[in-house]
Amino acid sequence: MKVLTLNFLTCAVKACKSSTSSFPLHPKECELVSDSIVPNPALLTNILPRVDWSALITISTELGFPTLPPTAPTIEELQSDEKMMAELHTLLLETQISEGSLVCGNCGHEYKIKEGIANFLLPNHLV
Amino acid sequence: MLPTPSTSHVSFDRVYEPAEDSYLLLDTLSSESEKAFLQKRFNEASEKSNASPSPLVVEVGSGSGVVLSFVDAHCEAIFGRADILTAGVDVNLHACKATVKTVDVTERDQREFGKSHGFYLGNVAADLLSAVKAGEVDVLIFNPPYVPTPDLPSTLPRENLSAFDLDSHLLSLSYAGGADGMEVTNRLLASIPEILHPTRGCAYVLLCAQNKPETVKDEIRKWGNGWAVEAVSSSGKKGGWEKLQIVRIWRASDASPID
Ligand SMILES: C[S@@+](CC[C@H](N)C(=O)[O-])C[C@H]1O[C@@H](n2cnc3c(N)ncnc32)[C@H](O)[C@@H]1O
Repeated sequence: MKVLTLNFLTCAVKACKSSTSSFPLHPKECELVSDSIVPNPALLTNILPRVDWSALITISTELGFPTLPPTAPTIEELQSDEKMMAELHTLLLETQISEGSLVCGNCGHEYKIKEGIANFLLPNHLV
Repeated sequence: MLPTPSTSHVSFDRVYEPAEDSYLLLDTLSSESEKAFLQKRFNEASEKSNASPSPLVVEVGSGSGVVLSFVDAHCEAIFGRADILTAGVDVNLHACKATVKTVDVTERDQREFGKSHGFYLGNVAADLLSAVKAGEVDVLIFNPPYVPTPDLPSTLPRENLSAFDLDSHLLSLSYAGGADGMEVTNRLLASIPEILHPTRGCAYVLLCAQNKPETVKDEIRKWGNGWAVEAVSSSGKKGGWEKLQIVRIWRASDASPID
């Protein structure tokens, strides 16, 4: 799964939904693979407005990517900043998590990722 | 007619094989009326702000991936734009893997013919929308397990089953819907107001005649808050009854967003 997927996922435990620490889920011991994708500035600028930037800073740091600036670039800033464009292209569009886990910051539950698929099916006592 | 994605690589011993219901979804999503609805909805939404965010399409119960890969491959024809994000969920891990593969094959085909496709995020194994963040989904698609059955198979991971029993358990998850065939669908419907994007969100859900579709639609109309529902297609007329229908659920654009 693409790193961008983490922008849309939270802990599956009901009691965690109301807690702000259940988002983003924290990648742990992740193996990454990179798809080579033709740069697509139009796609990137259309995705940017719906990316939770502070969550992305956390995810990027935890995955070992370069530190992002504290606030999201505007579309104009992004369009004129080739380096930032390339970094976000790599992080959001090219990088896939193939193995590892995602950890909830609230309950600590670990969701395993195998062959690129994260498993959110909960054991009986957590449903 | 847009071409149907190939699923010849999928093992249908444990993943739902595309059938009349799947094809009805393909025909509906690519019909002139739904294309017009979606194009209006997602281009107007983008005019309000100067940026036009990429719509997120999530299919729950993606099975072989035939529907999701179709939407991903033909998003430019359907939405009038190619910057569509797509993602799938299924309770069956084999179905998740099948969807990944089907999307991959379909996207390759598109590129080979110099055509566009959406941006596929991946699949997750989960119960319905339990792992999806609230307020983010623009288009939700669900072809549920809709057959009335005395019991519901468990969605919990199965252990100590023979390979054959495991496969038949996974297949039962794809059709067994419990009372009125609505037990799974009702849980999904209940999560819609929270999961969909507050203004742009809409959902396509398949119902069969035994699901008592008129009652289901009446219940949805009771949500208030601008929520609307309409049957947008049907198939398999039997003695005056439509065997299958697809309802579209959306909030009328003049309703104010929920906070
Ligand atoms: C009728 S099949 C549809 C498959 C495919 N979308 C199609 O149209 O051909 C229903 C799918 O829903 C999945 N499913 C059943 N219960 C589910 C649940 N609680 N959460 C997620 N997926 C579920 C099944 O595994 C199956 O793949």
